[in-house]
Amino acid sequence: MSLLTPDSGLLFWMFISFGIVVFILTKYGFPIILKMVEERKAYIEESLLMAEKARFELNSVKAEGENILSLARKEHTKILNEAAEFKILLVNEAKQKASIEADKIIADARVQILAEKEEAIRDIRRQVAELSIDIAEKVIRGNLVNKSEQMNLINRLIDEVNISKS
Amino acid sequence: MIKFAKILILSFLMLMLPLTYINASENNQKIEELNVREFILEHVSDSYEWHIASLNNRHISIPLPIIIYSSLSGWHVFMSSAFHHDPVHEGLYIAKEGKYKNKIVEKNSSGTEIKPFDISITKNVFSLLFGSFLVIFLIMKVAKSYQKHGYKTQTGFMSFMEMIIMNINDDVIKPCIGKGYKPYAPYLLTVFFFIFVNNLLGLIPIFPGGANVTGNIAITFVLSIVTFLIVNISGSKEYWREIFWPDVPLWLKIPIPLMPVIEFVGIITKPFALMLRLFANMLAGHSLILGLTCLIFISVKFGLAGNAGMTALSIVFSVFIDFVELLVAYIQAYIFTMLSAVFIGLAKIEPHHKPLSPK
Repeated sequence: MSLLTPDSGLLFWMFISFGIVVFILTKYGFPIILKMVEERKAYIEESLLMAEKARFELNSVKAEGENILSLARKEHTKILNEAAEFKILLVNEAKQKASIEADKIIADARVQILAEKEEAIRDIRRQVAELSIDIAEKVIRGNLVNKSEQMNLINRLIDEVNISKS
Repeated sequence: MIKFAKILILSFLMLMLPLTYINASENNQKIEELNVREFILEHVSDSYEWHIASLNNRHISIPLPIIIYSSLSGWHVFMSSAFHHDPVHEGLYIAKEGKYKNKIVEKNSSGTEIKPFDISITKNVFSLLFGSFLVIFLIMKVAKSYQKHGYKTQTGFMSFMEMIIMNINDDVIKPCIGKGYKPYAPYLLTVFFFIFVNNLLGLIPIFPGGANVTGNIAITFVLSIVTFLIVNISGSKEYWREIFWPDVPLWLKIPIPLMPVIEFVGIITKPFALMLRLFANMLAGHSLILGLTCLIFISVKFGLAGNAGMTALSIVFSVFIDFVELLVAYIQAYIFTMLSAVFIGLAKIEPHHKPLSPK
């Protein structure tokens, strides 16, 4: 049964060639392939995770952006409303102020007019008094030529003063 | 449909080939009886030259180098074609019968045949070297491609190789060995590709394929020896304990160590089964195809109609068996790798249960 007895020459060559094959492939062949595949697997896993994370972040950023946008829009309308209110307030205030000012001016004017009027009246009175004194002087100068009359006048005046005093 | 028609035409042409041959031989009136057993054995066993064809009693073959160290006459290196001119070359000749049939022998001073130290590059050695070179070339090319491409996905043939490599690595080696499988993966993958490539080479009927490398006991012997060494070197304490002191009733261990002996035999039978399985499967595949081919030549004496029918049948069966052999080439490489992985995994067991307390 030559089929079942291993041939020494073939054994020799098998040991050598299989040894070389095993040596080369277990040192330079398969470890590289397996390492690369493993690394690639890890890399793909990591990439997937990162992509998932990025997508999540993008979504949150988008939501945040929308949030900010809606907030800004709200703020915008709020500011516009406030401005409109403020405008009305300002106009009202201005109107009020203007009317107060106007009232004041009118009052002032009135006071001045009154003062001037009094001044004028006073002036007139003074002039009237001076005029009447002048006239009285002239009249008196005419009447007091004699002594009796001078005495009469003096008495009358004293009487008058007394009456006014009593 | 076109494919089918092509196959039909091809098989018809193949049918015609033996017919023309028969006509030629009938004209010569020289139909020799074919010894099928001899024919098959000659083809599945080793030889010193690569026989291609025989035409009109002339053998066409590729000569291979013969390297022999004789204790009587020293080193001899010559081509096997030297035997064509003279059956005895430098005192060496190929034995026709006896213990060393078809091997180169020489006669010592007392006239008995002895076998010198023979490391000739025979048909099997040549095919083995070619296959080894092919495996190294193939895997190194894949490794280079990985170094070049980095993380980029492999394409074409490289991705096909990756598929096979990762299939063996992830679905065979990893689950069979379990934890700590990584140091063994390169060796087991090497074994797988070594067997697979040599199996496939054996299926190619023309040079440099067709040799029965993995169907030779020497090849499978070395493969299983290496696996045997790796399994037992990586054996854990628990593994050796279960061999020499298994969890069986005491009387099975003392005074006659019945179970330890059985377990110890188990260490050897495991790689022995590996060796025989691969050898027998590949040898049987080759023999089957050769037998089916022989059918054509045996049926010559049935007459033209019988011969044509048998030829058609033989071709149909040969094609079928060739496909089966393609499958077997993969399966045997797969099984050898898987069982090696399983044995390594078994040798690496941790203590998984408390030893049974003797009752």
